[in-house]
Parts: sequence; structure tokens; C-alpha cells
Amino acid sequence: MSARLARGLRASLFWGAVALILVYMTIPAFVVLMTSVSPSELLEFPPSGFSFRWYERAFSYPDFQNAFVNGLIVTAFASSLSLLIGSAFAYLVDRYVFAGRAALEAVLASPLIIPHFTTGFGFLLLGADLGLGQSYAVVIATHVVLTLPFVSRTVYVSLRNLDPALERAATNLGASPFEVLKRVTLPLLRPGMVGGWLLAAILSLTEFTASLYVTAQRTQTLPVAMYTYVREYTDPTIAAISALLIIFTTALMLLANRCLGLRRILAIDVH
Amino acid sequence: MKAQALPAVELTRVSKNFDAVQAVRELSLTIQKGELLTLLGPSGCGKTTLLNMIAGFDVPSGGSIVIDGRDVTAVPPYRRETGMVFQSYALFPHMNVFENVAFGLRMRKMAKLGIERAVGRALEMVKLEGFASRRVGQLSGGQQQRVALARAIVIGPKVLLLDEPLSALDKNLRRAMQLELRELHERTGLTTVFVTHDQEEALGLSDRIVVMSRGEIQQVAAPLELYRSPANGFVASFIGEINRLPPARCRIEGDEAVFEIAGHVVLRARRREKLTIAEGQETHLFVRPEHLTIATSKSSAQNKVSCRVTTHLYQGAYTLTRVDAGPLGNLQLRALGGEAIAAAPIGSQIEIDIDLDEAVILAG
Repeated sequence: MSARLARGLRASLFWGAVALILVYMTIPAFVVLMTSVSPSELLEFPPSGFSFRWYERAFSYPDFQNAFVNGLIVTAFASSLSLLIGSAFAYLVDRYVFAGRAALEAVLASPLIIPHFTTGFGFLLLGADLGLGQSYAVVIATHVVLTLPFVSRTVYVSLRNLDPALERAATNLGASPFEVLKRVTLPLLRPGMVGGWLLAAILSLTEFTASLYVTAQRTQTLPVAMYTYVREYTDPTIAAISALLIIFTTALMLLANRCLGLRRILAIDVH
Repeated sequence: MKAQALPAVELTRVSKNFDAVQAVRELSLTIQKGELLTLLGPSGCGKTTLLNMIAGFDVPSGGSIVIDGRDVTAVPPYRRETGMVFQSYALFPHMNVFENVAFGLRMRKMAKLGIERAVGRALEMVKLEGFASRRVGQLSGGQQQRVALARAIVIGPKVLLLDEPLSALDKNLRRAMQLELRELHERTGLTTVFVTHDQEEALGLSDRIVVMSRGEIQQVAAPLELYRSPANGFVASFIGEINRLPPARCRIEGDEAVFEIAGHVVLRARRREKLTIAEGQETHLFVRPEHLTIATSKSSAQNKVSCRVTTHLYQGAYTLTRVDAGPLGNLQLRALGGEAIAAAPIGSQIEIDIDLDEAVILAG
């Protein structure tokens, strides 16, 4: 009986710890969500009532509208380019042994080491030098670099999980290398590639540090517009737009999870 | 076996090196049309490499491969017209059973109606009628195996290549699939190359067995011949169970060959025509467990050896008994049923007869 009691105690300790971690991790988002429904003119927590008025303002504020559209444009191009380049890299690294393979892997991982600040600053200088200024092209180029390691990693994991016998089987049945790619390899990589694209989209939509450097008023993305807003106003609109961004990216994350499972997005399991 | 003039596959001095390792060494082999030939050997003997070279996945470092009269040494795998069944089955997970089987026909640009008919026939052949629209993930291991077979035979390959296709199945299913494979082979008459490391499987399935070791052929023979007259010590101990006796000196006395082991044990055998051993030459004797019997007081056998019983392994149909035969070392006996367990309790001192008429005698 005492063993059962001890087991019960251990279980409740375990779940208590899990609950604490969950609360700790989500509390900032929770505070923001609560503040966003406050009727007060000032940012206050806890809120003194309930109102959607700041959501109305967030939706109707022209800077946010433009920034959201900018973000979508940048994300669409950046994620797609990132997927294309990342998949090609992943395929190279998985299939071929060549001099400098290790170096290529290191370069692919470098955005994880180089601060976003540095990447953004570098592209700002480069864009100015090339006369591109803070155009979409520069913003997109920056976002491609920042999302590349995640996309290539996701595709790489999918490639690793692909049984090489499948491609051999197709070849044996008369499929040329191109047919094998078209009918077997690519269809089987699709979940990984869609997941990689969505992951890149989430990162791109919420990226702030580098974007602050490479965007101008005309090309600024939502996080940058939000930063500008906080510097001028102190009303809960900012909380409302934050909440909207959280909801939007959560939806994307759920979609990505459906496509390939969170474990594989984060590239935890290669077997 | 329908032996015809033109062989199905001809390997001539084929080699394969992986960096410093020689996986296959100057191997020559002719595979007849319609035969079921097994490549048998321990892992790393080169049998899978050989199969991959026939399929075209591995390019030989030397030698030539001819399939159906055409030199395919430099032909890519997708133009070789071989049908392969993989160890992992390698069914396409994003296609259903029909699409899997139809894949090879689509690659051959066959018309839709023809494909439907051919796939239907192939599924019937492997007893999977009604499974066409199933997803691959919904099938059991045995069923996946059959789909893989159907997919390979539907294209009418010049040679069917099976890479340890039964090794993932459990023992009972495996036995059933062996029988089915054999029946399928009788029905289709397809030239088949079967790779396995399981000697029982090889003995049961094959028309001929190629025993390989370290990239070389040790012996090519029909199962019966392989079991009864292995060409060397490796084949003798790899095929079935066998007792290897310590080295013996041989001399000829009339129509008997007399073997002297460890100085004082003397065993006698009738002389055989095929035996080509000189007087006084060192020889090796290999005796199957079924040729050792517990001696009764009445038996008048000439090769009686006394020994001590160490273990019994009851197997249902027969019992394996291990004995310590002093200078002859540890020996295994196989006796039908389980009477031996009571007749010769563990630890008891008994006499055994060694029947050398069927023994394998090899020159040292």
C-alpha cells in the first residue's frame, strides 16, 4: 500500500513540475492576452474590465495593415526561396560525399551563431552599397539567410528517414533517375518540405532584430511596426496586435505540426 | 528445371572492391534459365554485393555480366529488366497496393487496360485478390511480402532477384512463405536468384545452391549433393550440423580405409571410389549428428567409442545429445523421438557407433 502511495506522490510531483514549467513558459503571452482586452486607455495588468476596442484599433491602424501585408509578401518569397535553397543543400549533404561538405554544413548552421543583429546590419550596409536601400529584395534576402538552417535541417531529416531501398525499388522497376525523383523521392519528402516552409514562415513573420535594420517605413514588417508604435503610444493596442500575431503564428505552427510532427520540425529525432 | 541453350545470367570473373575491401573476387557463375539458384553464405561473404551487381546497383570493379545474351555490365539498373524483392520490401508508402504493383508497368508505358489486367493477374498469383485498393501500411508483414513479389514479377523480369526476403518474418510464416515461393516459382518458371544466410531455407528452396565465403564461391551444387558431399571444410560445417573430428592419419587395409585419430582411436570406413587420399596423409573427417548412434550391446558396429553424456536438447521430432568423447572432443548425436533422454541419462557413460559410410572425408 505504501508503495502505491509513494507512486501517487511521485506522479503528483511530476505533474506539478510540468504544470509549473507550462505556466512559466506561457505567462508572458498570457499577460499580454489579458491586457489586450482591457478597456483602459493605459496598459494595465490585471485588466479592470473587458473590451475589444483595442482590437478594433489594431485592425484599423494603417501602419499595422501595411506592415501585415509587407510581412506576408516577405514571408511568401523568403520561405519559398529558403525551401528551394535549403532542400538543394540538404540533398547535397545527404547524397554526396565531397570536399568541403563539413564546411557547407557549418555555413548552413551559421545563422544560429551569428546574431540577427549582425546579419541585419550586414545586409543594411550591403543593400546601401548595391543601391537597393531597404527594398523588399534586401528584406527577403535577410529572411532567407535567417530561416535557411531550419528549412535545410527539416528537409535533411526527412531525407535521412527515407528508406534508400524505396528509390532502388523504383529504379529496379524501370524508373530513370528523374522519374525516381518525381514519383518517389519528392512525394515522400513533401510533408517535410511543407513543414519546413511553414516553419520558415513563422520565423519570418515574427523576426524583429534583423528586420529593424533592413526595413524602411515602406517595407517594414509587423514586429517592426509594433516596435515603432510602442515608442509613440502606451495604449493596449500593442497588446491586441501582439495577441493577434500569437494567434496567427499558433495556427501556422499547428498546421506545420500536422504536416510532419513537432518533433521533426525541431529536428529532434533522426533515425 | 527447363535447361535451355542460352543461360539467363552469365557472370565472368566479376570483382567488386569497396575501398580496400574485396567484396567479390573474380567470380564466375552461370545461371540457367528457369532455375532457382540460391546465394548462401555468412554475412559479409559478398552474396548481396553479387545480387546488387546483377541488378546494377553496384558496378563491378572488373569482369562482365551478361543477362539473356546481352552484356549489361555498363547498363544502368533501370534498363536491366530485373525484378527485385528487397529485405525491407520497400513498398512505396504513398501508393496503394494497385499503384505499387502497377509502377513498373507505368514506367514501361503500358496502356491502362493492360495494366489493370496484369496487376489483377499478379495479385491473384500471390493470393491477394481484393487487396488492390488497400494502403500499404494496413498490410501485415506477409502480405507486404506478397505485394513486393507481385510488383517484381508483374513486369516479367529476365531474372527475379530476392534479397533475404523472408528474414523479417516470424518462423511459422517464414516456412509457409518458403512453400509459396517454391510453388510460385513452379508456376511462373522465372529464373530466380535468392540470397539468404539461412542454410535450411537454401536447402528447401533451391534447384542449386552457391555457397560463398569471403567473396569467393566455395561450391555450386544441388541441395542433396551439397549436404552429402561438401567440397571443403567450410561448406561441410556451414550446411547443416556436422561433427568435425580431430585430424586423422589414413591408411588403406584391403577394402577398408582406416583412420587413426589422436594416436590411438581407430575408425574404419569402406573404401570409396571417389576417395583420393594417399597412405599416411592427414585427413579430416566430418560426421553428421544423424550418423552417430547410441550403441546397444547387440550392435556389432566396428566404430565404437565410449563417451559421457553432457546434455540433451529435445526438439520434438528428434533429440540432440551432446557427448564428451575424450580424444575425439565434443560430439553431437541426433536421434528420432525422445527415447535417448531416458536411455542415456546426463552424466552416464555410454558407447556410441560412428557410421563413416556417409561421412565427409577431406584431405588435410
